[in-house]
Amino acid sequence: MDDHGVSSVITLDGLQCLLDALARRGYQVVGPRVRDQAIVYDELARVEDLPVGWTDEQDGGHYRLKQRGDHALFGYAVGPHSWKRFLHPPRVGLWQATVVNEDRLHFEPVRDDAPRYAFVGVRACELAAIAIQDRVLMDDNHADPHYRSRREQAFLVALNCSEAGGTCFCDSMNTGPDVKTGYDLVLTELLEEESHGFLIQAGSDEGADILSELPGTPATGAHHRAAREVVERTRSNMGRSMPQTAIPALLMDNLEHPRWDDVAERCLSCANCTMVCPTCFCTTVEDTSDLEGVTAESSRRWDSCFNADFSYIHGGSVRNSTRSRYRQWMTHKLATWVDQFGTSGCVGCGRCITWCPVGIDITEEVRAIQGDSSQGEQT
Amino acid sequence: MRSQHVWLPEPVRVLSRKQELETTWTLELEPGQSGKGGFLPGQFNMLYVFGVGEIPISFSGDPSQTERLVHTVRAVGPASSQLAASRPMATVGLRGPFGTGWPMAAAEGSDLLIIAGGLGLAPLRPAIYHVLNNRERYGRVVLLYGTRSPDDILFREQLEAWNRLSDFDVHITVDHAGSDWTGKVGVVPALVPTLAFDPEDTVAMVCGPEIMMRFTASALRDAGVDDESIYLSMERNMKCALGHCGHCQFGSNFVCKDGPVLSFDRLRGLLSLKEF
Amino acid sequence: MKSIAQLVCEHPFFQGLNSEFCDLMCGCARNVRFNPGEYLFHQGEDADHLYLIRHGQVALELAVPGKSPVSFQTLHDGDVVGVSWVLPPYHWSSDARAMSLTRAIAMDAHCLRKKCDEDPALGYAVLKRLLPILTSRLNATQMQILDVYGAPEERQ
Repeated sequence: MDDHGVSSVITLDGLQCLLDALARRGYQVVGPRVRDQAIVYDELARVEDLPVGWTDEQDGGHYRLKQRGDHALFGYAVGPHSWKRFLHPPRVGLWQATVVNEDRLHFEPVRDDAPRYAFVGVRACELAAIAIQDRVLMDDNHADPHYRSRREQAFLVALNCSEAGGTCFCDSMNTGPDVKTGYDLVLTELLEEESHGFLIQAGSDEGADILSELPGTPATGAHHRAAREVVERTRSNMGRSMPQTAIPALLMDNLEHPRWDDVAERCLSCANCTMVCPTCFCTTVEDTSDLEGVTAESSRRWDSCFNADFSYIHGGSVRNSTRSRYRQWMTHKLATWVDQFGTSGCVGCGRCITWCPVGIDITEEVRAIQGDSSQGEQT
Repeated sequence: MRSQHVWLPEPVRVLSRKQELETTWTLELEPGQSGKGGFLPGQFNMLYVFGVGEIPISFSGDPSQTERLVHTVRAVGPASSQLAASRPMATVGLRGPFGTGWPMAAAEGSDLLIIAGGLGLAPLRPAIYHVLNNRERYGRVVLLYGTRSPDDILFREQLEAWNRLSDFDVHITVDHAGSDWTGKVGVVPALVPTLAFDPEDTVAMVCGPEIMMRFTASALRDAGVDDESIYLSMERNMKCALGHCGHCQFGSNFVCKDGPVLSFDRLRGLLSLKEF
Repeated sequence: MKSIAQLVCEHPFFQGLNSEFCDLMCGCARNVRFNPGEYLFHQGEDADHLYLIRHGQVALELAVPGKSPVSFQTLHDGDVVGVSWVLPPYHWSSDARAMSLTRAIAMDAHCLRKKCDEDPALGYAVLKRLLPILTSRLNATQMQILDVYGAPEERQ
């Protein structure tokens, strides 16, 4: 899985040592916590802060926390938050303009003291999402300074999934549930009748450094087998799957498919899917000025292709109808994204399905277009 | 320094302001650091008006002149109205240049059809300057310009001067005119078949309202010009000009960085889609 | 000097028409000239000619009350002026004014219609040449109605 040295098995105390080690190194440790009846990402100090014994029930437009009946720390799938809220925050101040000497403008970047984040419990689909946002916001002549400063300092403690949610389909997107690359440390929760611990492996030099500080025992072949069984069990429990077909061509060949009208009748254009999506990156710029007209500030905030003014040009929006906005979102996510960034924009996390108020299922929408098309081909 | 702050505008002074049409002005700006490196015909800058916001505005000046940045602005929204009203010595914010240019190098040796509609002449003017500065590099050059009425002809004196050149054909047509107009009346695409050119060896550069470009591209294809040789300058909502904000997407293209100038083979099929 | 038959048959409108048909129609043709400002016809009058422009420029206009006439199309060398002669009740739908000295061939509409009626193959050949003119004018009208340049063009 990696060549950064040994793997160990740690106990819950060892996990606490990890959190402490990260804090000692100046990281702001962020991980899953229960808040407002959902599992969100927030600051984390103690192992007990984790959603101990909780799981989530997820389906189209449905999310509910439930007790598991055990003491698993990571026994749930992803919630409404993703790490993008830390790496590509909902609102970032860009710069201030000040009028000096009556009419001369002075521009000053807004101070952006990004914390050094350590993310704990980053799942394979989320690592894939981060890798995608890296391509969008860093792999270019114009790297975004705000994203880059956060991203380059971030320490990622990844997690092999031990639980698949009802809307998960990472397996069919080839992004999970097993973590393959892009992490500093990776955990697999090993929960048995008489023992509860984590297989932990390093994926970077810094990860290996920290691992060497943790109290643990060398992992055996049995531990690795147990860890593989965990992800294989997760893989077999995926709630959804994306049809295995050439999706970009399928969608771009069906831009006038009646299914777009069908989905438009259900879609509320509420933008939830784009807010919870870990790869959606669109932003808008807001300009404000003080009443005296001496200073003005420009800031960036998340925007959505479902918003009415997203495509506004002189006097009207290019995409007025819900049909055109949903088509834009889905064709971008699954088709044109591939042309732009060499990868699909979907990682199979299922958030857009769970958090859609009417339960629109992106895998089902693809299947509907595919079904009709293949029927068409047969005749 | 600046490269770390891709979002940060540079303050530059307005040097002059000239009214072109009823609601259209041409501004000359200090080049600042951003403008020192020159620009490609077809590129644009993001211009910021204090407290109102940034808008993308194409260069409309001579690319061989780098002492002044020339932009032609139509006052329609809050930002463009304020920008167009900027007095000399006022400061605006500048980021740029951004985007792809007209295929000036690729078109060398070919005949050029430069087709502009309305204010679309402004983003094409740098290409015309470039051609006139390097006339020997191009074959026959035809400018076809369509606009609403004789009162809406942009850069009129310049068009007349160009028309007097022996090696530059200028055709102007208007949608409607009074009886004092002695020129052509009719729409741009209808004039395409009347122009004598070799479609196999012609590069067409088209800029204007999207509908006009769509019909013009169609007329050019009917006349036998390859999709790869037809270039359009697209327009979409833009916030960042960096390919990050997502607003300007048109299919796979980010109009801000893959465009605004795009060859028709990248737009084919999408241009006529409703609300795409 | 070219004969009227040559002028008719060489005009772009009739180019490619077989010589038999061409000769048949020459009997309807005569040379005409219009001075600048002179009208070829006015809206509502009987459409009794088809004009093939040889040299010159003609504006199609509509009179607008209280204003000077508005021109919506100009026609040039090789173009055809007037399609109303083929459509009952044969009335011109606009004014046509010579903008410069215009030399044209005037084809008598009664004569043309008679020959086309008598020989449907000829009639069809003539209609096939008229229809593209009608459709291109229709397309142009659509674009003019949209007033594409009238819309503001701010990129915002």
